[in-house]
Amino acid sequence: MKTENQRAWLLVLPVLVLVAFNALIPMMTVVNYSVQETFGDNLFFWQGLDWYEQILRSERFHAALGRQFLFTGLILVIEVPLGIAIALSMPRQGLWVPVCLVLMALPMLIPWNVVGAMWNIFTLPDIGLLGYFLNHTLGINYDMTQDPLAAWITIVTMDVWHWTSLVVLLAYAGLVSIPDAYYQAAKIDGASNWAVFRFIQLPKMKTVLTIAILLRFMDSFNIYTEPFVLTGGGPGNSTTLLSIDLVKMALGQFDLGPAAAMSLIYFAITLGVSWLFYTLMTKDDLN
Amino acid sequence: MQKRSIIPIVYILFLLLPIYWLVAMSFKTTNEILAGFSLFPQTFTWDNYRTIFTDPTWYWGYINSIIYVSINTVLSVLVALPAAYAFSRYRFLGDKHLFFWLLTNRMAPAAVFALPFFQLYSAVGLFDTHIAVALAHCLFNIPLAVWILEGFMSSVPKELDETAFVDGYSFPRFFTTIFIPSIKAGVGVAAFFCFMFSWVELLLAKTLTAVEAKPIAATMTKTASSAGYELGLLAAAGTLTIIPGAIVIYFVRNYIAKGFAMGRV
Repeated sequence: MKTENQRAWLLVLPVLVLVAFNALIPMMTVVNYSVQETFGDNLFFWQGLDWYEQILRSERFHAALGRQFLFTGLILVIEVPLGIAIALSMPRQGLWVPVCLVLMALPMLIPWNVVGAMWNIFTLPDIGLLGYFLNHTLGINYDMTQDPLAAWITIVTMDVWHWTSLVVLLAYAGLVSIPDAYYQAAKIDGASNWAVFRFIQLPKMKTVLTIAILLRFMDSFNIYTEPFVLTGGGPGNSTTLLSIDLVKMALGQFDLGPAAAMSLIYFAITLGVSWLFYTLMTKDDLN
Repeated sequence: MQKRSIIPIVYILFLLLPIYWLVAMSFKTTNEILAGFSLFPQTFTWDNYRTIFTDPTWYWGYINSIIYVSINTVLSVLVALPAAYAFSRYRFLGDKHLFFWLLTNRMAPAAVFALPFFQLYSAVGLFDTHIAVALAHCLFNIPLAVWILEGFMSSVPKELDETAFVDGYSFPRFFTTIFIPSIKAGVGVAAFFCFMFSWVELLLAKTLTAVEAKPIAATMTKTASSAGYELGLLAAAGTLTIIPGAIVIYFVRNYIAKGFAMGRV
C-alpha cells in the first residue's frame, strides 16, 4: 500500500514546473486569442464567444471533423485487430524474436515528414514502386493527386504501415506474460483455439490493449505531418483532416481568433473521447 | 507453427518495401529516377550521400537534431525519475489529478501549440536555440517518461526501500545507488521513447528554429521546394534519418516488448 506523504510534491516539482511552462502559458495564449479580434499591430478587441459559435456552426469545421472521425475510425478498426493477429502468430521465444521486434519497430523511428515523403515517392504513378506496379503491372488507374478515393486508401495504408507495430508490440508484451500453466490447463479442458483466445489471451492483454487503443486514438486524431506531406490535404479538400485545416487557418490565413477557438474545441473533443474510451475500457475493473 | 509464421513474415516484408524503395532511390541519379521505372539502381552512385556529407547546411541539420534530441532525452529522464518514484510510492494531495493532467498534454495536437510556442520562446529569448526545442519537446516526453518509469517502479517491491532505510541509507543515496540500478531496463526504455518522439517530431522543431538550430527534417522540406525536385538527394537524406533510430533500438532490443507496454504487464 502507498503511504501518505505530502513531501512527495517536492519530487514532482521539477516535472510540474517544466510541463506547466510548456503547457499552461501557450494554452492561456490560445484562450486569449479565442475571445478576441485582432487587426494586426497588437491591437485586440474583446469578442466574447463569437468565434466558438462561428466554428461550431461552420460547414468547413463539420466537414473536417467528419473526415477526422472517419480516418481515426478506419485506423482503429484496421490496426487493432491486425496488430492482435500478428502478435498471436509470432514465435514466443528464440533467436528470431528480437529480430522481428526491431524490424517491426523501425517505421516508428522514422521522422514523420520522412514517412510522408517516403510514401510519396513510393506511390508516384510512373516512378514509384507501388504506383508503377498498380498502374503498369495490374493496369489499375491509380493517381492519388486526382482521385480522392486513392488518396484516402494511400493515407490509411501509410498509417497502417507506420503504427500497426505499436499494437503488435503491446499485444505481444501482454501475450508473453501469460504463464504456461494457463495453456496447459486449457489443453486438459480441451479448450478450442477460440476459447483460449477469448478467455485467456484477450483478458490478459486487456491492460496493454487499453494503452494501445488510447495511444492510437490520440495520435491518429492529432495527425498532421504525414498526410500533409503526402497529399497536402488534397485532392481538393478530400484529405484535409482537422490539424491540417487548423494550420491552414492559423498560419495560412492568419485568422488567429477562429483558429484559437477551433484549437480549444479540438482539444476538448480529443480529451472527451479519450476519457470516454478510458472509462468504458476500465469499467469492468471497478465492479 | 510453421504455417503461422507466414503472417509476421508477410507483415515485415510490407514494412520493408517502402524503406527499400527509399534506399534504392538514394543510390540513383536524379536523371535515372525521372527517366522511368527501375527496380534496382542502374547507375549506382554515392553522389547524393557525398553532397550531404560535404555541404554544411545538410550535415549541420543532423548535428542540430542530435543535439536537441540528446538534451531533451537527458532532461526528461532526469526530472521524470523522482516524479515517477513519488507517484509509485506515495499518496499525496491531488496525485491522481496531477497524473491525469500530465497525460492530457500528450493529447493536445501539436498544431494547437505551434504559434503560442513561437511567441513564448521568442519572448524569453530562446528562439532558434537547441534548448528551445529540447524544452518544448518536454511537453509530451516528460509525461511519457513519468508514465513508463512509474510502471517499472511499481513492479519493484516496496520492501527494497524499507530495508535500505532501516540499513541507514539516506534517500538520495538509496535512490541513486540502489533503486535506479534496479530499474535500469525501465530507464533505458524511457530514454529510448524520449529519443524516438523527439527525433520524429517536426512541427514544433521547425517552428522554434530558423538557422542556428535548424533540424534535418526542416532542411529536407526546404530543399524539396527550393532546389526543384532532387528526389535522389531527398531519398539519401531520408535514409540517413533512419540510422540513429535503428542504432538506439538495437540497444533496447531485449526490453522493447515490455517497454512498449510501459512496464505494465
